Amino acid sequence: MIRHLLSAGDLSREDATLVLDTAEEMARLTEGRAVKKLPALRGRTVVNLFFEDSTRTRTSFELAAKRLSADVVNFSAKGSSLSKGESLKDTALTLEAMGADGVVVRHSASGAPYRLATSGWINASVLNAGDGTHEHPTQALLDAFTMRRHLGELSGKRIVIVGDVLHSRVARSNVLLLATLGATVTLVAPPTLLPMGVEQWPCEVTFDLDAALSGADAVMMLRVQSERMKDAFFPSAREYSRRYGLDARRQALMPPEALVLHPGPMNRGMEITAEVADSDRSVIVEQVTNGVYVRMAALYLMLAGTAGTTTPEEAA
Amino acid sequence: MTPSASTSATPTLIRNVRVLGGEPQDLLLRDGVIASVGTAPDEADRAGDITIVDGTGLVALPGLVDLHTHLREPGREDAETVETGTLAAARGGFTAVHAMANTDPVADTAGVVEQVWRLGREAGHADVRPVGAVTVGLQGERLAELGAMADSAAGVRVFSDDGVCVSDAVLMRRALEYVKAFDGVIAQHAQEPRLTEGATMNEGELSGRLGLRGWPSVAEEAIVARDVLLAAHVGSRVHICHLSTRGSVEIVRLAKQRGLPVTAEVTPHHLLLTDELVATYDPRYKVNPPLRSADDVAALREALADGTIDIVATDHAPHPLEAKDCEWDVAAFGMLGLETALSVVQHTMVDTGLLDWAGVAERMSAAPARIGRCDTGELPHGRPLAEGEPANVVLIDPSASATVDPAASASLSRNMPYEGMKLPGAVVATFLRGRPTHVTGGLL
Repeated sequence: MIRHLLSAGDLSREDATLVLDTAEEMARLTEGRAVKKLPALRGRTVVNLFFEDSTRTRTSFELAAKRLSADVVNFSAKGSSLSKGESLKDTALTLEAMGADGVVVRHSASGAPYRLATSGWINASVLNAGDGTHEHPTQALLDAFTMRRHLGELSGKRIVIVGDVLHSRVARSNVLLLATLGATVTLVAPPTLLPMGVEQWPCEVTFDLDAALSGADAVMMLRVQSERMKDAFFPSAREYSRRYGLDARRQALMPPEALVLHPGPMNRGMEITAEVADSDRSVIVEQVTNGVYVRMAALYLMLAGTAGTTTPEEAA
Repeated sequence: MTPSASTSATPTLIRNVRVLGGEPQDLLLRDGVIASVGTAPDEADRAGDITIVDGTGLVALPGLVDLHTHLREPGREDAETVETGTLAAARGGFTAVHAMANTDPVADTAGVVEQVWRLGREAGHADVRPVGAVTVGLQGERLAELGAMADSAAGVRVFSDDGVCVSDAVLMRRALEYVKAFDGVIAQHAQEPRLTEGATMNEGELSGRLGLRGWPSVAEEAIVARDVLLAAHVGSRVHICHLSTRGSVEIVRLAKQRGLPVTAEVTPHHLLLTDELVATYDPRYKVNPPLRSADDVAALREALADGTIDIVATDHAPHPLEAKDCEWDVAAFGMLGLETALSVVQHTMVDTGLLDWAGVAERMSAAPARIGRCDTGELPHGRPLAEGEPANVVLIDPSASATVDPAASASLSRNMPYEGMKLPGAVVATFLRGRPTHVTGGLL
C-alpha cells in the first residue's frame, strides 16, 4: 500500500480495491457492535490538521482513528497560515517533534498535502483530506464504496457527476478513481464551471443533464456555492437550478434503480430538491456512515504496517 | 572619482580570445577603454605593468545589460541588496542592470531612484540604472513624477510598474505620450488583472488537474495587443516585459511588420522551463508570468532568434527562503536569474544553433542598452568590442559546464529553478570599464 494518500490518482486498481475491501471488513467488524473499537492502531498517533473548517470530515477521520485505537490529536489551524504568522512548515515541524505517525490534512491551498509529504519537513504518512480545488481522495473512496455496495463491481457502470466541477475536489478525485475502477464517468456542468483541459480527463463531458440521466447507474450532485454567481459563472440561482438541478422530473428520467449521491453539505433547492434528497434512491446519509469505514481502511493500510498487527481480523 | 566610474589602473591584455565567437584575437584593455583589437605585438607581454590573460578557448562579448532586475533595495534587504544583486550581476557577465521600481518605498520619486543609483555607484560591481514607477506607489491610479525621475541624477529612461500591469487604458496612453518628452519608454507587465485574479500557474489541462487557478495566455495577449496599438496611436515607444506565449509573439511580430514602435523581452526561464514542472507544487517554479507550454517555449526561442523578441532580460527576482519554502498558493512569484542567464541562453539558443555569439551580444548587450537609452552618454553600455569603446567585456568559456548550486550564489536569496541541472558555459571574467568585477580562480 502507498505511504501517503494525496490523490485518487495515486491508487492502482489493486490499491483501490484493497481499500474498498478493507473498508468492507471494517464495516463487518464494527457494524451493529456495542463496542466499535479495534486495537489495530494502538500506540499510533494520528493528527487531524485542519486549516479549513470542516466539522463533518474532521469528525469522520477522528472517529475512524479512534475506532482503530489510535491516539488522536485535533490540530486546528483555521484561517490562512500566514495570517496566523505560523507557516505550514512550522506546523509540520511541530507535529514531527510531537511524534505524529499519520497526518490527516485539510488545506485551502491545492497541493499543500503534497508539499507536506515531499518537502522533507515531516516523516509521517500524509493523508489528503481535501486540498483547495485539487482533490479529496477519501471522499471518492467512500462514494465508490457506497455505490459498490448497491451496484456491485463498478467496472462498466455509468456514473454522472453534475455541477461545479471547476471548483470541486470531489469531482476530480471521483473521475480519477472511478476511471481506475473501470466505470464510465460523465461530467455535466455549464461550460463556465468546467476546468480548462477537461476533455483530456478520463471521462465524458456534456452540458445536457436530461440526456445524461437516462443511462445512469448513479448520479452524483455537487455542491454549488451561490457566491459563484457574483463571479458570473452563471446568471442566477434560479437558472442554475432549472438547468442543472436534480428534481423529481429529472429523477424520473433516471433508471429506477439508479442512485443519488451528494458529498454534502447540500443546498436543498439549489442543486437538489428536498424531495430527491430524501427519496429512497438517495444514499446521501449512507455516504456519511461509509466515510468512517473507508477512512478506517485508509488509516489502517497506511499506518498499520509497523504497528505489529497484520489484519483487522487479528485485531478484532 | 566614484568607484564604479573608476578604471583599472593595470592594463589587461587578453590573448587569443574569440571576439563574438569569431577568430582568435588579442584584446587590450587600457584606461577603461579597448585600446586595440587584433594582434598585439609579442613584446606587449613584457611591457611592464600589464596583466596577461590567456583567452584560448574563451569567447569575449560586450558586457551584458539587463533591462529587468529586481535588486529589492530599499525595503527587502533580507532578499537582496544593491551590493549583492550587482555582485550576482557581475558573476553573470553583466556590466549594467536596470533596477525595477517595485521596492519599498516604491521607486516613484526622484529621491528613491537617486538612492538606488548611488547605492549602485558605491557598490561598483555593475552600473545600476533605476527604473521609475509609471504610477504612484504602483497603484495604477495616477502618474508618478516621470519627468522628475528623468531629470534626476539617475537619468531614468525606463518606466515600469512591473509586478503589476498598467491596466487602465487611459493611464497607459497618457504615460506613453508623456515620456516622449525625454525619450523614455514604458515597459509593460502585460497581465489583464481581472482575467488573472488568484491565478498562480499557466491555464491549461494541468492547472485544471492540479486544482490551481489558471493564468490564461489571453490575459497577456490582450494587453500586448492593446498596448502596441496605443503606442502606435500616440507615436511612442513601448516595451513588453517577459513575453511568455506564442500568441504574444505573433502580436509583436505583426506589429513589427507594420512598423509599430514595440520592443519585447523574454526571460531565460521562459526559454527553458515548462509548466509541467508545476506538477510537483514546488514553489521554485512559481513565477509571473507563469511557465508556459512546450509550444510556447518553442515559439519564444524562434522569436528571439528571428528578432521578433529583441532581448533577453533576467527578471531576477530574489526572495527569502520562507517565501518559497511553503505551500504553492502562498509562495512568492519569482526566480533568480542573473548568474544563470548566459548559461541558459547558451543551452537553449547557441547550442541548439538558433543564435551565434554575435546574436547573443546583440540581444543581451546592444539591444537592451539601446532600449534603456544607456548606449550613449557619459558611461555607455552595449557598445561594440572595438577600439576606443568602453572596456565593458565579459569572457566566457563555452566548453565548461557545471551543476547549478544555489548555495554558491552571490545573491542573498536561493530561489533558483535550475538547482541540480547541468548547464553549459561559464562566465570566467567580467570587466567594467577595464576593471575586473568578477574573475574565476587563477585567470588573472
